[in-house]
Amino acid sequence: MLLKDWFAKRPRYSSTGLENSRSRVPDGLMTKCPGCEDAIYNKELEKSLKVCPKCSYHFRLSARERLDITIEAGSLEEYDSDMLSVNPLDFPEYEDKLIKSRHKTGQIDAVITGQASVAGYRTVIAVTDFAFMGGSMGSVVGEKVVAAMERAVDYRLPMLVISASGGGARMQEGILSLMQMAKTGAAVAKLREAELPYIVILTDPTMGGVAASFASLGDVIIAEPGALIGFAGPRVIEQTIRQKLPEGFQRSEFQLKHGFVDIIAARKDMVATLAMLYSFYLD
Amino acid sequence: MVGLMEIERPVKELEGKIAELKNLAETEKIDLSDQISTLEERAEKLKKRLYKNLTPWQKTQMARHPMRPYTLDYAQALFDEYIELHGDRCCGDDKSIVGGFAKLDGRPVIFIGHQKGRNTRENIERNFGSAHPEGYRKAMRLMEQAERFKRPILTFIDTQGAFCGIGAEERGQSEAIASSLCFMSRLKTPIIAVIIGEGGSGGAIGLGVGNRILMLENSVYSVISPEGCAAILWKDAGRAREAAEILKLTASDLKQLGVIDEIIPEPIGGAHNDYEKTIAAVKRAIKRHLSELSVMSAEELVANRYDKFKRMGVVGSIMP
Ligand SMILES: [Zn+2]
Repeated sequence: MLLKDWFAKRPRYSSTGLENSRSRVPDGLMTKCPGCEDAIYNKELEKSLKVCPKCSYHFRLSARERLDITIEAGSLEEYDSDMLSVNPLDFPEYEDKLIKSRHKTGQIDAVITGQASVAGYRTVIAVTDFAFMGGSMGSVVGEKVVAAMERAVDYRLPMLVISASGGGARMQEGILSLMQMAKTGAAVAKLREAELPYIVILTDPTMGGVAASFASLGDVIIAEPGALIGFAGPRVIEQTIRQKLPEGFQRSEFQLKHGFVDIIAARKDMVATLAMLYSFYLD
Repeated sequence: MVGLMEIERPVKELEGKIAELKNLAETEKIDLSDQISTLEERAEKLKKRLYKNLTPWQKTQMARHPMRPYTLDYAQALFDEYIELHGDRCCGDDKSIVGGFAKLDGRPVIFIGHQKGRNTRENIERNFGSAHPEGYRKAMRLMEQAERFKRPILTFIDTQGAFCGIGAEERGQSEAIASSLCFMSRLKTPIIAVIIGEGGSGGAIGLGVGNRILMLENSVYSVISPEGCAAILWKDAGRAREAAEILKLTASDLKQLGVIDEIIPEPIGGAHNDYEKTIAAVKRAIKRHLSELSVMSAEELVANRYDKFKRMGVVGSIMP
């Protein structure tokens, strides 16, 4: 893509999420809950952090919305916000997909990184956005996550990742996406060597190449209730083994049972949970 | 195997004719040496022309050829000695990833690789070369020893991908691969990864974090199979041939993208046509890289591996 095309089609920038978030739930006054199928007033839904008041279904959040409910207002110092995906393989329709995703989300790519305050603690943070090509990891996501982790090492700050990357490694960047798995995995090793805490929050959905790299390597791994978390997508598994998958397969509760998640925390309890962890590691 | 058979057919026909003539000359005691050598020349030329211009899809077929040398074929021929070790000390022994101690011209190395099967029985045993989490955990166990006892690590990559199944998810396929990436990145010993056939996605990179990454000429390495890519792009797995072009999965593509360090040439007709030559070429390349890496300190090796992967990827900027 030429630079002028990027500017020509540059989406409007939104710095906050929640007031724009109405665009994420279907238009109108009410939203149907995928959990209990009840209709909920959008106003009510936003007040409850987009968790269904009746059945606690956790709606997906954009990266900006996630930041808004996690960090202290105005505390974000964003990193690498100018970094832009290109089309290194000349993959068909990739540019179109990127432009559409930019318009849809107001984001340049699938991750926001930066330094922020969470519950009074300064931390480096990376948040992925499922609405941007499934939150998939191409060169930009890989590079930004690694650069964020390296800054955590430089500034001796803890690292927090909040993942909504159901798309795994981004197919459109081919082998280069696959290499981001090794690159981010190696950056986590640096955090460990620097003896800095690394906390991961897994949200719906986190799969494939992101699950199989930095998102599974937290010193503590928290999951939101009911999130789909796994290596292969349920449909791929069903096709491979030619049988139906059991109820609850690959959900947060399944991962907790099998030992791959430390804590399941409801959205409203997330910051308090982080505060406890930070206090353990840092005070 | 359709793509491959198409290529091999004219060569096989010519070779058949040559054999016929030789047979005739023998039994009838007539001199056909002129005709035979003309045909042989033609066959050589044909082979050279065909095999030097394989399409990405044809290379994919070559990479998957059931007669291609597999990890254990190399184990047998590369080393003076090889002893296989089993199990992840936790849950089981994955037969899709094999590994153990080996001696490469007297030098002790840790050897690890994916193992496919050649027939139904072997493929059931090897799970078609698609590893469960136990495979990666066994690999890490062996690699940890490599570091502790200061032995270099050789990993051979040949898998269509890590296994997608209920048990694999229950036992943490994601965690196993992620841990392997993280673990390999910091090992204070030389690591050479060789893609000998199929480098299938997460299952491949799970053994792929080397200081050097070598690739046989007709092997492939990709984030997704051409069939999978075609199914997503066009809802038609039958268009894998086109997807193979798009994915840039051949050794020469990967060399250009800066993902691999060296292409190991295969004999004409592919690795499966001449095991001895193929394995000798692999051995030469490994020994050369190993001697280069052997002069590096532990810290240099770790930094070299980190920087190597750090460089991979292409990003732009919205700033002019
Ligand atoms: Zn509900």
